[in-house]
Amino acid sequence: MPAVSKGDGMRGLAVFISDIRNCKSKEAEIKRINKELANIRSKFKGDKALDGYSKKKYVCKLLFIFLLGHDIDFGHMEAVNLLSSNKYTEKQIGYLFISVLVNSNSELIRLINNAIKNDLASRNPTFMCLALHCIANVGSREMGEAFAADIPRILVAGDSMDSVKQSAALCLLRLYKASPDLVPMGEWTARVVHLLNDQHMGVVTAAVSLITCLCKKNPDDFKTCISLAVSRLSRIVSSASTDLQDYTYYFVPAPWLSVKLLRLLQCYPPPEDAAVKGRLVECLETVLNKAQEPPKSKKVQHSNAKNAILFETISLIIHYDSEPNLLVRACNQLGQFLQHRETNLRYLALESMCTLASSEFSHEAVKTHIDTVINALKTERDVSVRQRAADLLYAMCDRSNAKQIVSEMLRYLETADYAIREEIVLKVAILAEKYAVDYSWYVDTILNLIRIAGDYVSEEVWYRVLQIVTNRDDVQGYAAKTVFEALQAPACHENMVKVGGYILGEFGNLIAGDPRSSPPVQFSLLHSKFHLCSVATRALLLSTYIKFINLFPETKATIQGVLRAGSQLRNADVELQQRAVEYLTLSSVASTDVLATVLEEMPPFPERESSILAKLKRKKGPGAGSALDDGRRDPSSNDINGGVEPTPSTVSTPSPSADLLGLRAAPPPAAPPAPSGAGNLLVDVFSDGPAAQPGLGPSAEEAFLSELEPPAPESPMALLADPAPAADPGPEDIGPPIPEADELLNKFVCKNNGVLFENQLLQIGVKSEFRQNLGRMYLFYGNKTSVQFQNFSPTVVHPGDLQTQLAVQTKRVAAQVDGGAQVQQVLNIECLRDFLTPPLLSVRFRYGGAPQSLTLKLPVTINKFFQPTEMAAQDFFQRWKQLSLPQQEAQKIFKANHPMDAEVTKAKLLGFGSALLDNVDPNPENFVGAGIIQTKALQVGCLLRLEPNAQAQMYRLTLRTSKEPVSRHLCELLAQQF
Amino acid sequence: MIPLGTNAYTTPVRAGHCATPLVFIDLCSSLLREIRFILIQNRAGKTRLAKWYMQFDDDEKQKLIEEVHAVVTVRDAKHTNFVEFRNFKIIYRRYAGLYFCICVDVNDNNLAYLEAIHNFVEVLNEYFHNVCELDLVFNFYKVYTVVDEMFLAGEIRETSQTKVLKQLLMLQSLE
Repeated sequence: MPAVSKGDGMRGLAVFISDIRNCKSKEAEIKRINKELANIRSKFKGDKALDGYSKKKYVCKLLFIFLLGHDIDFGHMEAVNLLSSNKYTEKQIGYLFISVLVNSNSELIRLINNAIKNDLASRNPTFMCLALHCIANVGSREMGEAFAADIPRILVAGDSMDSVKQSAALCLLRLYKASPDLVPMGEWTARVVHLLNDQHMGVVTAAVSLITCLCKKNPDDFKTCISLAVSRLSRIVSSASTDLQDYTYYFVPAPWLSVKLLRLLQCYPPPEDAAVKGRLVECLETVLNKAQEPPKSKKVQHSNAKNAILFETISLIIHYDSEPNLLVRACNQLGQFLQHRETNLRYLALESMCTLASSEFSHEAVKTHIDTVINALKTERDVSVRQRAADLLYAMCDRSNAKQIVSEMLRYLETADYAIREEIVLKVAILAEKYAVDYSWYVDTILNLIRIAGDYVSEEVWYRVLQIVTNRDDVQGYAAKTVFEALQAPACHENMVKVGGYILGEFGNLIAGDPRSSPPVQFSLLHSKFHLCSVATRALLLSTYIKFINLFPETKATIQGVLRAGSQLRNADVELQQRAVEYLTLSSVASTDVLATVLEEMPPFPERESSILAKLKRKKGPGAGSALDDGRRDPSSNDINGGVEPTPSTVSTPSPSADLLGLRAAPPPAAPPAPSGAGNLLVDVFSDGPAAQPGLGPSAEEAFLSELEPPAPESPMALLADPAPAADPGPEDIGPPIPEADELLNKFVCKNNGVLFENQLLQIGVKSEFRQNLGRMYLFYGNKTSVQFQNFSPTVVHPGDLQTQLAVQTKRVAAQVDGGAQVQQVLNIECLRDFLTPPLLSVRFRYGGAPQSLTLKLPVTINKFFQPTEMAAQDFFQRWKQLSLPQQEAQKIFKANHPMDAEVTKAKLLGFGSALLDNVDPNPENFVGAGIIQTKALQVGCLLRLEPNAQAQMYRLTLRTSKEPVSRHLCELLAQQF
Repeated sequence: MIPLGTNAYTTPVRAGHCATPLVFIDLCSSLLREIRFILIQNRAGKTRLAKWYMQFDDDEKQKLIEEVHAVVTVRDAKHTNFVEFRNFKIIYRRYAGLYFCICVDVNDNNLAYLEAIHNFVEVLNEYFHNVCELDLVFNFYKVYTVVDEMFLAGEIRETSQTKVLKQLLMLQSLE
């Protein structure tokens, strides 16, 4: 076969490329390029008309210069001229230039489209393909508008050449993905499906991709492709290794086409037609059988191609999740790969088994490989393989093997790569909690985690152990004893001090009887760590000390001495100083009874989804379908809350009352201004007597545990007493909400914190908390640019009747926002009566002189005012029956938009606000909830029931409330969350 | 169990309560099969081919090129040919001093793309008669043609080496 010589055809180009390669320095290269650019420019501007060859050569040089990374601002017109040449080589360079340097000049686009149109009509297959490739490469909307109607015709025309059909199919795919609205469905769609029968395998290969894409949007219209795909697949799979000639790759018949067909089938459930299904199952079995046959070649290409089909077959089997026999066979096959000498295969087997582990049919079969997987975790050289092994252990874990898996993961943690330590920590913490039979094992495991990998134990993990210990009195004594022992270690991690400080402060009395852990011993043990700890930990320890004064009066004098020490009372850190001052005063002013009430044991935490689970999910990143540019943000911004956290400098006065926004003790918004300042706070509390305990500033432990700890730049009293003077502009003054407003709002139905909006200029973060019919919301406006925003004015607007339903008071914010800075706005919200539409948030400012405005929906929906209600099954059914009028019920049946995960669903329902009632629904798969919507005028009782149908990927949601519009509205809000 | 009369409440949910026809749109969205880009780089990080199937601006392209180079070149023969990359993965193979990399969705078939690379390299080898890095430099505009014959719109277009080479030689003979 004749080979291509170097740069044949264009000697000048080859010389130029050689020159560039010979340049010794960057400067020399730039000099040479500038010389060439000047030369080309003069040639293009010259009086003498250039011949096609010269034009082609110069355009090609420009392209080369561009690909080296230099800007090119001319030559487009010459490239467009080449398109109308009737010589292939000239046309090709013209199209290449256009595809690489897409230009949005409309005059050029008109000319380009004209040239493409001519080539498409030329009946010259080579030219037609060039034109189609150009459309496929550029894929702009303008091209879609110009050609979307023509290409289907070319695709199904009887006289189109095979290569043209191939290109047309993929060109159409590109246009359809970019702008589906431009591609008219019609008679051609039926004929496209029949391309699966085409004699030319290349046409089939291209067509399958197009059909797969079309199926996703219109599954019913393309159902006929199932049987055609099955029969095509069956013909390939059963063919001998030489039957397909050109399409046999290392003795494997048509591997890529097989993979594509298997993926197409994954768009549908198992075929309904028994004959088709039988044929397909036969295919799948054949693939599994072939995997056991001796290889026809020793080349890795042979085994790779064969296994590409095998893995795709296994994906389809898992997708169907209905053939136990095939699932177990798949699992056995993957089991063999676990010990294969090819790293690729071990990796893929681990990955694929992970999904098999979640099928009830193959879970047990996967579990039999536990020893091999543990071994992989210990011995694999490639960290990504070890990570897959850890994933698989996590996936195969259940009650029967939890102890083994957790202990292996803990052992692995000691030597694990830094990159995956945090993830392993989270996994261990989740498994230990999920499968704990006795909670002492759980406590041991978490303390071990802190011991082995303290730096990687995030707040979520140690918060969680505190929540669990607080909620389970059977483990409190054990936890106190164990943590006391752990603290004896000469060097223990700061997280251990935090956990120890909290647990001993709450439950230290349970081990105080033992002289080895008597109150003074406990105190001196904790205090011996005090000076080496960070401010946050020391603040926590101060809270422990005041609790000790309550638990163990005999330690009072010692602890008061510590608090009184200059290093505390005059500490440079305002938080520590304040705690020391307040605790000292509290311990000397308050009577024993008051002290006991104030420092009562923490009440149990409301059960909700483990925040660790949420964190793990977050770490795993958003779904694979999202755009690549997600990764462009730096890793720290993945943490949504972190993204809106103001820098420490903006939190000028950290107030201990940051917990729960002071709402419980909050006076009505219209109350007269109260004196602010931390000292006064304490006085206020005492003047109100012990009953005001929840509002007490120093209940610092709550502030620590509260998942949202909004920074309070001012005393909450002052905030409450300062209703926004700014008059809301009428709705006519503001623009309509941005198109995504509803979608953004939806994100916040089940959660209270996150990024509400983000564009190039501005990020808006939200933190909010709701109690009864009151709420407080913090909005953080971050200026992402380096330029100051001026006339910055965010306002809240109540459209329609909303004013009578919801009162929102805003505080004015500074009119200037510096580049890179963040300002915070506080909103006080009161729900007066039930409402259906959220208020609007209108943000206006000037950026670089240009006015910017933006209207969003404020994430305040009626469900925010839910109070969860626990009730027994009997009560629930009684109430359910009472609400049996047709208008009291709203029901929706809808398709799952997200993977159906019970834990996630649970979390969402809890986030929605209702209580989740266990043991009510006879079907354990279903969810039942109850709650009361609190408004000033009335309360609305709500019952809900969610029935997932995993097989059909559908849900049925039923809501019953005493108020008809509320049922419907809640039903709509909630249905969009799954 | 408490009898609930005709209430739908006790009807088992699995009994097929859905009268609405089943729709399977999003089930497949994760199967969206698409190559995001193809890169050929040498060990020093010089790009010998960059073919983009997604819109990126020039800075992003440069950044991606550098990142891919950084993750791929540190790996050795005992490692897999797959690297997680942002929310995607890179399937790569090294031939002498050149790395051939394809960026695809995490759910895509690793081995199919690994062999697609090899198939492509065998075509280049035949077309340029023992291809070397310099061939790709001097004939960069022809490499694009080879790519377009084998991959189009982020999909595999043609896999038969015989057919691709026949077409390439036909084009070669044109003026």
